Amino acid sequence: MRKVIMGNHALSYGAMLARSQVISAYPITPQTQVVELLSEMCADGTLDAQFIKVESEHSAMASCIGASVAGARAFTATSAQGLALMHEMLHWAAGGRHPIVMGNINRAMAPGWSIWTDQNDSLSQRDTGWMQFYCSSNQEVVDTVIQAFKVAETLMIPAMVILDAFALSHTYEVVDVPDQALVDRYLPPFKPSIKLTPADPRAFGGLTGAEHYMELRYKLQKDMEKAPALIEETGREFGKVFGRELGLVDPYLCGDAEFVFVTSGTAGFTARVAVDELRAAGVKAGNLRIKVFRPFPFDRVREVLGKVKKAAVVDRNCSYGAGGIFYQEVKSAVYGRPGMPPLIGYVAGLGGRDITTAQFKEVAADAMAKAKAEEEIVWIGVKK
Amino acid sequence: MSPEAKKEKKFALTLPAEELMACGHLACQGCGATLAMRYMLKALGQKTVLCIPACCWAVIDGPYPYSSLDVPIYHCAFETAASTATGVKAGLEATGDTETTVVAWAGDGGTFDIGIQALSGAAERNDDIIYVCYDNEAYMNTGIQRSSATPYGAWTTTTPVKHFKNRPKKDIVAILAAHRIPYIATASVSHPEDFVKKMKKAKDIRGTRFFHVYAPCPTGWKSRPEDTIKLARMAVQNGYFPLYEIEDGEKTTVNLKLKERKPVEDFLRLQGRFRHLKPAEVAAVQAEVDARWERLMRSCAG
Amino acid sequence: MRPRKAKKIVFKSAEEMPLMICSVGHQTHNLTGAWRNIRPEIDLERCIKCGICWKFCPEPSIDVVDEWPVIDYDYCKGCGICAEECPTKCIAMVEERK
Ligand SMILES: Cc1ncc(C[n+]2csc(CCOP(=O)(O)OP(=O)(O)O)c2C)c(N)n1
Ligand code: SF4
Ligand code: SF4
Ligand SMILES: [Mg+2]
Repeated sequence: MRKVIMGNHALSYGAMLARSQVISAYPITPQTQVVELLSEMCADGTLDAQFIKVESEHSAMASCIGASVAGARAFTATSAQGLALMHEMLHWAAGGRHPIVMGNINRAMAPGWSIWTDQNDSLSQRDTGWMQFYCSSNQEVVDTVIQAFKVAETLMIPAMVILDAFALSHTYEVVDVPDQALVDRYLPPFKPSIKLTPADPRAFGGLTGAEHYMELRYKLQKDMEKAPALIEETGREFGKVFGRELGLVDPYLCGDAEFVFVTSGTAGFTARVAVDELRAAGVKAGNLRIKVFRPFPFDRVREVLGKVKKAAVVDRNCSYGAGGIFYQEVKSAVYGRPGMPPLIGYVAGLGGRDITTAQFKEVAADAMAKAKAEEEIVWIGVKK
Repeated sequence: MSPEAKKEKKFALTLPAEELMACGHLACQGCGATLAMRYMLKALGQKTVLCIPACCWAVIDGPYPYSSLDVPIYHCAFETAASTATGVKAGLEATGDTETTVVAWAGDGGTFDIGIQALSGAAERNDDIIYVCYDNEAYMNTGIQRSSATPYGAWTTTTPVKHFKNRPKKDIVAILAAHRIPYIATASVSHPEDFVKKMKKAKDIRGTRFFHVYAPCPTGWKSRPEDTIKLARMAVQNGYFPLYEIEDGEKTTVNLKLKERKPVEDFLRLQGRFRHLKPAEVAAVQAEVDARWERLMRSCAG
Repeated sequence: MRPRKAKKIVFKSAEEMPLMICSVGHQTHNLTGAWRNIRPEIDLERCIKCGICWKFCPEPSIDVVDEWPVIDYDYCKGCGICAEECPTKCIAMVEERK
């Protein structure tokens, strides 16, 4: 069914269609509509789930973990300060292998209270062991929530579905809301082989000595390594059922490109417009939007970059003291590989500042003028 | 009694025989917290799930890949006993298990201090869990640091003798009562029959139920392990830790009425953590206990 | 039911470990009797079968066998609670013979 919905409601629809059984969440701008719609769905019976109105995000994640280990499909959503407050529990969810799916609206971190978009909140959770999917349209949000549950429950690793504040969370777009019967066919009920039950009394997560801890984390990494192929496989299957394939990356006109932008989130959409304009002006440009940040799609990134002469990584985030975070990751993907292009890193659009097509063209001009890669990060649109 | 008659005589069991806690666990000798667990499981039976945050019990149960309990446990983050339990309950309900009792089992630090927000949240929502705080009056797991349950006068490693704790213990029961939850009880390991009886009663009530259990800790109190029961009993009998229950945040019932209360001094003197107290300070402890007792009596009368 | 003395568990590889961090064995493999410095000895002549020692043992390492209290020295930690609480003082704490 086609509906005009905001990005936040796309998350709610995804959680509903996935038949989430326990939802536990705490409000924060710009995520509130996600939980408001889910509360309504639970209240009017559209969704048969337990909705826990917790007193903090920390408790939201703790109760999702409890629900998940008891065998229920659990969903939550948050943003920025809320995500940061959950940090301890994010490690818990991944380390304990609880396949929770969470929506996160990318919002800049305070201080300097800001409700506007910026990726530092979710990227600060990079090393918690969660999968991270960055979306660039409301359609992709609904679809990815459904896929994320499938991947998460297969691997027993939690997943974050991430969208930009306002640029997506509050933007209305036409969305083909998948048919429930088809979703049910694609996503079977959650039936974990081990769970918290008196019928099989076990102690979960007890004191773990040095002789065991490392193996448990090794298993997490090994399963994460299986994730890229599984995301592509379930993405193709999604395409067969719903007519829209989901991948690790979204290359736009990269086939014959000599220069590419590497982007993520809604900036990836703006970059496409810039690519079209650059092409009209005779520049063979392309855009590689990275959709899945964890696991990092090393192979897919190399495939595209191996064919171009230069790439500009545009980050809406900054790891202070190092630079753009996607930039760091892309550099590590090409490190030591022959035939890889010089990479230049750009930081733009922090705290909700627009990243315009004009700026993308500015980035292209700057990058193409540079003979080789540079350590220095280029700040776009900043008043120096 | 003739030897024959004695041979015939039954060994008296005043508690349910079922043993859901087994030997081999890692508690110190004479640990009160361990007895508290044993008694609770006798009352609740096997269809029980525990959420245990960081505390001595996170260690006592035994390391991965073992457990000493015959009920499932989720070892959760320090401040999340209540919120994890809430989630477990919701998860069980959502998957069709409406029978299992879900228990959050935390120490005083995990309850009075870092976990109070999650506990207050669960209590305000009246989530269907039993929350048990076993109170050994300090952070024992991390090496005897003060908590807001540490009583006035006590030595801990962060309240050294020269700066012993000079603030009274937080009244956690009053805080929970202010949430108007259906059931609150205090209990002591010296009175297991009373504990089991109240726990069984709580099992059949829906909503948030809170237990405050007095659990002496020889290691942290610098007391002799064999005195664990004696100390707990003295605390009940001198009014230091009265046994009572509160229904719906209103109706208070004292479970063990005391005709006369013994002075607290004997109780203090058996514990190294109070050794430094001067007579005036002992008198201050006594005055505080008396005042608390009077308050309790008034709330029963009212 | 839980084995009286469980086996120690040795994982030879990460693969043998369950995916989730959960127990697969019983802590009864740990014979805590080794912690004991003094041991309780019950004089059954004077025992009145009141059940108090059984009730207050924190391990619990006092079993009821044929209606008599029997201490399981594999696990008794020698805390002395049973001796302290016994109303007839029929439990003596004696130096452990090691
Ligand atoms: C967030 C966090 N902060 C601190 C700790 C360290 N810590 C573990 S247990 C503990 C004290 C527990 O005290 P209490 O709840 O009274 O239980 P007890 O050890 O006395 O049984 C502390 C401070 C932790 N695990 N997590
Ligand atoms: S430190 Fe105290 S509470 Fe902790 S196990 Fe030892 S006796 Fe029990
Ligand atoms: S000495 Fe302690 S551990 Fe041993 S039997 Fe007696 S009460 Fe139990
Ligand atoms: Mg404590």
